[in-house]
Amino acid sequence: MNWNGIAAIWRFEMARFFRSIIQSIVSPVLSTSLYFVVFGAAIGSRIPEVEGVSYGAFIVPGLIMLTVLQQAIQNAGFGIYFPKFIGTIFEVLSAPLSAFEIVIGYVGAAAVKALLIGCIILGTSFFFVDITIQHPVWMIAFLLLTSISFALLGFILGIWARNFEQLNLVPLLVVTPLVFLGGSFYSITMLPPIWQTISMFNPVLYLVSGFRWSFFGMADVPVAASLAAILLFTALCLGVVWWMFRTGYRLKS
Amino acid sequence: MSAIVQVNGLNKTYDGGFEALKNVSLDIREGEILALLGPNGAGKTTLISTICGITQPTSGAITVGGHDVIDDWRAARKLIGLVPQEINLEPFELVANTVRFSRGLFDRQRNDAFVDQVLKDLSLFEKKDNRIAELSGGMKRRVLIAKALAHEPRVLFLDEPTAGVDVELRRDMWALVERLRADGVTIILTTHYIEEAEAIADRVGVIRGGELLLVEDKARLMSRLGQKELRIELRDGVEALPDALAGFDLTLSDDKRSLLYTYKTGEERTGITRLLSAIQDAGLTLADLQTRESSLEDIFVGLVHTEEGEPS
Ligand SMILES: Nc1ncnc2c1ncn2[C@@H]1O[C@H](COP(=O)(O)OP(=O)(O)OP(=O)(O)O)[C@@H](O)[C@H]1O
Ligand SMILES: [Mg+2]
Repeated sequence: MNWNGIAAIWRFEMARFFRSIIQSIVSPVLSTSLYFVVFGAAIGSRIPEVEGVSYGAFIVPGLIMLTVLQQAIQNAGFGIYFPKFIGTIFEVLSAPLSAFEIVIGYVGAAAVKALLIGCIILGTSFFFVDITIQHPVWMIAFLLLTSISFALLGFILGIWARNFEQLNLVPLLVVTPLVFLGGSFYSITMLPPIWQTISMFNPVLYLVSGFRWSFFGMADVPVAASLAAILLFTALCLGVVWWMFRTGYRLKS
Repeated sequence: MSAIVQVNGLNKTYDGGFEALKNVSLDIREGEILALLGPNGAGKTTLISTICGITQPTSGAITVGGHDVIDDWRAARKLIGLVPQEINLEPFELVANTVRFSRGLFDRQRNDAFVDQVLKDLSLFEKKDNRIAELSGGMKRRVLIAKALAHEPRVLFLDEPTAGVDVELRRDMWALVERLRADGVTIILTTHYIEEAEAIADRVGVIRGGELLLVEDKARLMSRLGQKELRIELRDGVEALPDALAGFDLTLSDDKRSLLYTYKTGEERTGITRLLSAIQDAGLTLADLQTRESSLEDIFVGLVHTEEGEPS
């Protein structure tokens, strides 16, 4: 293993994050606070409790998930797209680094950034609502797995994208709707039966549900299903990345 | 001397079906400076990229330091440093950080003292805490070289290192190349400037249309293909070439005072003695003789413009 190489990529990517630390942190914290005000205060006053949890607290896991997904995809996507775009990728491709090591470096950095922001949002939410976390270890595990798997997705998008529009398109058109429809701000038991069935095909539902379970002990789908879904998704992304490097897809000619 | 880079029957066909390299075989000796000359689109960058693992070969084999670049890529790549043709650097990064990054990528332990030394060697030390975007074009090129040297490579590829670089910096780079060679680094550089190859290379390779036309010692190449021009100044000018000299491949200069005779320096019979006595027999009096050696440039132009390159 080329640990020096992995560390070099990781450090370089983290430096990018800390260079713009203010934007990196202020924007998610601000938008989360806005969600609390709009959803928690305005809507929450009409929906006092969901399955025994105050609405303000109920949306916390979904909010964290929403931001963590976006951040993981965005950071990893940009992290690999940018060197590809300006041409510095040649160096990584000519270095004694395996595909796996490159992925650990880039995806690792993106996942850590997403995780950090997730924690900051959790911290922010303590200012707005009372929360007790029932299964903190599982909470961290879910957060970590989600960060990693969606950073992998972002990495794939970054390699696939030929321009900035494409890079932004998938998160905007696919991921954000899935998150909103994935029970981030409601329990799917609040939906009509037909929509409940449709929601079962939304992978994000499994993430949010499992994550919410780690907070409040309640879930839309069994926790095992959540865990299986996220592991499956991670495996799928890893497979795609492996194929991309094996064929040199949009990286080498 | 042993070969540190071996290229054997290398072919590269790009996805669109373009054949950029055709059966290229090349041995690069340890410690030498090899200049690859060729017109735009000849395949120089493709050849280098393939050796460095950025471009995938269609067929053929490459070894670096005895390690196959496909089967034993990790060991092969650790030996290689590459300075690409295009200036591509992250604009917002600090100079020192990008160089440290390169060192790490190639599996070297962090060593700031070494990185500082490389920056000093390239006169970049004062700029080490500047962002790349704040550097001039020539400085950026030197940053690329610093990055390539950061992991102490044994083989250094310089893809047109002096394109768009001023005369002074070019001399600096040549000096750097000499220093590296003294340390035993093997250097392969591509260039359009024949004067560059002439100034620093031990051997010269000429590529055209994806084919390696020849690789030869610079001195041998020049003597083998080199031509000399003999200028014979006459005391009294002539109106036309005398009939007695019709058998020689002579031209009369525009001022009609000199005869010009071209011959190959490597040939056993240059015909000069015969020519001189013929001139005397024709009753002409010599005022002066001058010879001019053709430069690598003349050779190069001659080579890439002939349809059939001479086999090496
Ligand atoms: N990625 C690519 N896909 C298709 N064709 C390519 C690609 N890269 C290079 N080529 C073609 O291969 C040929 C050789 O290109 P290469 O860059 O190796 O030339 P070069 O000798 O380095 O030229 P120059 O002196 O201009 O740098 C050119 O005709 C070029 O158009
Ligand atoms: Mg080139």
